[in-house]
Amino acid sequence: MPKTLLLIGTRKGLFLIEGEGRRDWTVRGPFCEGWPIYHAIHDPDSGTLYAAAASEWHGAGVWRSGDLGESWELSSEGLSYEDEDEGELKLSKVSGLTAAHGRLLAGAESVGIFESRDGGVAWSLLSTLEGEPGSESWNDPASQPPGHLGVPAILPDADDPTHFWAIVQGYGIFETIDDGGTWTPRNKGLRADWPLENPEVGYCVHKLVRSPVDPERFYQQNHVGMHRSDDGGRSWTEITEGLPTEFGFAAAAHPHDRDTFYVIPLDPGHGRCMPDGHASVWRTRDAGSAWERLDQGLPTRDAHLGVLREGMAIDADESAGLYFGTSTGQVFASIDEGESWDEIASYLPGISSVEVATV
Amino acid sequence: MAEVHLPSTLAPLFPELPRRLELEAATVAEAIAQLDERWPGLKDRLCEPGPSLRRHINVYVDRERAGLDATLDESSRVDVIAAISGG
Repeated sequence: MPKTLLLIGTRKGLFLIEGEGRRDWTVRGPFCEGWPIYHAIHDPDSGTLYAAAASEWHGAGVWRSGDLGESWELSSEGLSYEDEDEGELKLSKVSGLTAAHGRLLAGAESVGIFESRDGGVAWSLLSTLEGEPGSESWNDPASQPPGHLGVPAILPDADDPTHFWAIVQGYGIFETIDDGGTWTPRNKGLRADWPLENPEVGYCVHKLVRSPVDPERFYQQNHVGMHRSDDGGRSWTEITEGLPTEFGFAAAAHPHDRDTFYVIPLDPGHGRCMPDGHASVWRTRDAGSAWERLDQGLPTRDAHLGVLREGMAIDADESAGLYFGTSTGQVFASIDEGESWDEIASYLPGISSVEVATV
Repeated sequence: MAEVHLPSTLAPLFPELPRRLELEAATVAEAIAQLDERWPGLKDRLCEPGPSLRRHINVYVDRERAGLDATLDESSRVDVIAAISGG
């Protein structure tokens, strides 16, 4: 019987949570020698697990396991910029990972995208988005938010290996259709509550997801609002109304319904926790016209939980399963599309990412 | 032979890397280069491009804080320390 595998990236290593029939969950870990893990993924083609890590002591790299976590190897071969000792670009961390079309892509800080075509053994620089609007300042520490991630996420096209989208933190979404050779900003219609020197960029996109059943349908949670695109990201419409706050990080698109989408609104101030200590996931079933609170089984009092941008995942089951992890180490699961929730891990380190796979 | 002591965080990353070993090297950089030859990738865990020691990696030669260019002799003791950080 296939197992559901949750990959939980935390501040102190990677954890794996396994369940048969999406029940009877067991926790394994920590893996990756306790290195802080920003994001971890499962490559369905090779079955390999990958975890993007950055150690305060030993630098950044990507861990890999070909045996579902039994053994791990670390590589940072090629994960650096040319002439780092003299140039402006220095690789401080690897952030978002993507496996698609037989290769791996990794976002990095300074802003860059690296690829590996040998299963994560060696990496090479694919693009720095040089010359794109915003690139003149996005690697300047004075322009960066705390904990700058560079390129926190890369979203691949399902069919075309040369077509993908990248988020540059604090600047917005860029699309390439020639494998990073050229880029186009895709931020038209987004709101910014701050002055913009160039209206093409300057948007704080936290999470970008695409409907698996409609390639033209995208959703994004950003710093100021939820947004939807019906034209493949070329333009955006705000759909925040009905949510308790405009701020949040995590988001998930339903695997079978283009109009169903999940978010976790957070207080936008320094706290960045679920409002009023009431843990909730919010769902729209009509592409953002109306939102409903989902909290059955979640703590609804004194639960000041935060969930980061990679902190929620959704599986492809007929009755979609949702999973989210908190900055304080709890993991919650729903196997009925968010209607009800169970706490399946309670005492992990602070969680930065959750991904789900069937193995 | 210089005596090199490595931090506990390093050993799990490289098969059969001991915490303590002896080698002949004229400088700290040369010692690290030799270790990297035997355990490829080790230099990247201790040094940033340049190279320079990573921010939270400290090296002491005979209990004196040292850089990559510090010289070693037959009786040198080299301590590579992962600095106290994090929580």
